[in-house]
Parts: sequence; C-alpha cells; structure tokens
Amino acid sequence: MTEESQPIRGLLISPIRSGTVIDHITAGEALNVLKILGITGSTTESISVATNVASHRMGRKDIVKIENRELRKEEVDRIALIAPQAKINIIREYRVFEKKGVEIPKILRGVVRCPNPGCITNTNEPVESTFEVLDKGLHCLYCDWWIKTDIASHII
Amino acid sequence: MKNHIISIRDFTRREIDYLLEKAGAFDTRSYDRHALDDKLIALLFFEPSTRTRMSFETAMARLGGKSISVDSVEASSIVKGETLADTIRVVSGYADAIVLRHPKEGAARLASEFASVPVINAGDGAGQHPSQTLLDLYTIRQSMPLDGINVGMLGDLRYGRTAHSLAHALSLYGAALHTIAPPGLELPANILHDLRDRGMEVIQHEDVSDVINELDVLYVTRIQRERFPDSASFYNVTSSYRITPELLGGVQEHLLILHPLPRSGEIDAAVDRLPYARYFEQSKNGVPVRMALLHEVMQ
Ligand SMILES: [Zn+2]
Repeated sequence: MTEESQPIRGLLISPIRSGTVIDHITAGEALNVLKILGITGSTTESISVATNVASHRMGRKDIVKIENRELRKEEVDRIALIAPQAKINIIREYRVFEKKGVEIPKILRGVVRCPNPGCITNTNEPVESTFEVLDKGLHCLYCDWWIKTDIASHII
Repeated sequence: MKNHIISIRDFTRREIDYLLEKAGAFDTRSYDRHALDDKLIALLFFEPSTRTRMSFETAMARLGGKSISVDSVEASSIVKGETLADTIRVVSGYADAIVLRHPKEGAARLASEFASVPVINAGDGAGQHPSQTLLDLYTIRQSMPLDGINVGMLGDLRYGRTAHSLAHALSLYGAALHTIAPPGLELPANILHDLRDRGMEVIQHEDVSDVINELDVLYVTRIQRERFPDSASFYNVTSSYRITPELLGGVQEHLLILHPLPRSGEIDAAVDRLPYARYFEQSKNGVPVRMALLHEVMQ
C-alpha cells in the first residue's frame, strides 16, 4: 500500500470501518463526485470530503469517504468521466478489501444527457441516451451531437 | 449490405458506390417492373414533405409494389400519446418496410431498433436524410467521377443538413470543399473540424465570384427567412448570394449547379435555361435512387 492511500488518522479525514474511499479524484471534482452519487445535504450517509490534498502523483487531489456504501458500476462509470485517475478502495473492517481504478467505458448508456434539445433521447421514447467515447469527446449515437467540454454538467 | 438506411455516415465508399450503380440500373428502360410485386411499404410522415413522400411512392410503384401512407396531420392525431417506438412496432406488422420522416434527430435510429422490418430514414429533424445525399451524389456522378472534384457550397451551411451530409460523403472521395455562407450561417465548427480530420480540404470564401470559375459543382441551399431578424436583412443577404447568369460568365463548361429544392430566390430563373442548371434533373433522380434503396432492403 502506498503512503497516500493510508488513512490519515484524525487529521483531515478519519478512517472508516466499512464503505468506500474514492482517492485520487481530480482536484476540485469531489463535489461533482458527490453529485454523481446522489449525495446531498439531506442524505443519511456519513461522508468525509477532503479537497486539494497534497499528492506525490497528482500535485493536488480530492478524496471522498462514504460509510457503509459500495458503488454500483454505473456510478463508477460516471466518476471515471470526471476523475479518470480515481482509485476506488472498498473498506471492510478498517481494511482495504479491494482496490481498483476506474475505466471510461467505450459506450455510455444512460450516463449523460444529450445537449441537443431536438434529440430523440430527450423525449418520452423508451430509449437511453447513448454516447460513444472518443478522444475528441462524447458523440451521441442518435443525433451526432458532441459533448467536448464540461462533461460533468451533462451527467444524468 | 445494410438492413436499414439511417445515415450516410453508416456507409463506406464502397457501399455508396454499390447503391449508386444500382440506382443507375433502375434508371434505364430495361429494369424489372415487378421486382417488388406483393411488397408493401408504410410511409410514416410525422412532418410534411410532399416531395419526398411522392418520390418514395413513385419509386415503389415503378417496382410494382404498393404503399400505405400516413401524412403529418393524421400521424399526429393517430399516435397522440403513443411513443414512436410503439407506432413502429405496430406498423412493422403491416408493411415490409417503413419509410420514416420525423422532426426529432435520431428518430430513424430509434425506429430501426424497434422495427422488425427495414427502416429507411426520409429525414429526421435537422439530422440525416440519406436518400437526398445519395441522389445528390448520383447526379454529380452522371456527369463526372466523384474523385477529387472541387465542390462549392453556397447558402445556409449552418442549418442545411443536406449540405452537411453531402460534404461528409464527398470527403470519402477526396473532393475539395469551398464554402460560401452569409455571416452567422457558416458551416458549424464541429463539422468543419470533422471534415478536416477526414483529410478534406475545406476553403471558406466570402464571395462566390472568388471561386466560381474553379468549381466543378456548385451546390446551392435555401436561405430561410426565419433565420433573419427582419425582411430587410434577409433581402440584403439573399440578393448578394443569388446566382445569376452574369455570375456564370467564366465558369468551367462542365459546371453543375445543384439545389435540393424547393428554392426561394437563391437561383435566378434565367439560370434555368443554361446548361449548368441540373436541379430539376437532380430532383428526378430521387426516383431511381429510392428504387435502389427500396429494392436493396426488401429484395
Ligand atoms: Zn443526441
């Protein structure tokens, strides 16, 4: 285990007994990660957030710890979009039970909303938004529109 | 070949060439007039386009097949509250293929996912209209090979979907694109980048007279009144982008002037008599091209 992924006891952020630690989040994106996870002021989970923490690898990074919750694949895919270097640590009884990186899937279904108001995916049709992930950005497979900037604001 | 005809972007150059050859075979006196006997197509038009609908009906009739059709007014009342997905599933049970015109972009792609018969896109909003692109290519190819030609596009290149699709298709043939558009109606940046990424040479011009003498093809698109704040600015723009006989004094002998029609003043009626004017032939070519598409998906 690297020094970075060790819980920083007492100081900024306390260790959790079980749940998920999302580490190496792109600095400044922690609040977007919470948004993706549907965590608002009124949810009951116990959350710790650290932003702009010094990191050997990234300069600055954000960390999010969530007690008693493991993430679903759709949530991890969304996080990958805004924090491609994030590491997901699943904690059980204070130990890292599993540690994995995130990967942006080649096709995103139902993850981002198409910015084109005329797109068939923005209607009541029984269809999920579908984007292919390319170097240039996200490409809607229904209407050919692109999302190239501020991907976080399009996440459903 | 393809089950559905949704977007020109789905086709390789080889597939396009194949369809154009096939259209050519239907553009003779000796084609099989019973090729689609006993076949039935459903024309579902959720927005009006009499011309496109008649062209598909004509193509089907010329191959011996039958059409059932629902026009935009009927369509909106019949399917009130019903999703397009459900309408498509129901109509799949009636017909051997569906020709769809719909105001939403991506509607034809969605329809192809719910249909149990082939779907042909006859225009989805500001999106794709592949049979138009194929008939544009077919018309050019009647006069010259598509490879490496100089094509000018004039008019509303921002909203003009026929121009976007044609430009994409021409990029497969190494054509060079010369754009001439009024301020505010230029080719969108993402389309421009996409064409250049595909290796297409795209040159933007302010005035059509700067480039017209070098062109092999001039593709004129309609400039719509509703894109302008008032009649005066619309009039100013259309009068400075109008094609007139005087403008054509030094053009190449084989120049083709095309327009997807209907036109609204972009081309002076006096141009109609010149040998360069091919827009009515272009419109007529919709029939063999659509015959080829119908035959391809139902044979
Ligand atoms: Zn879309």
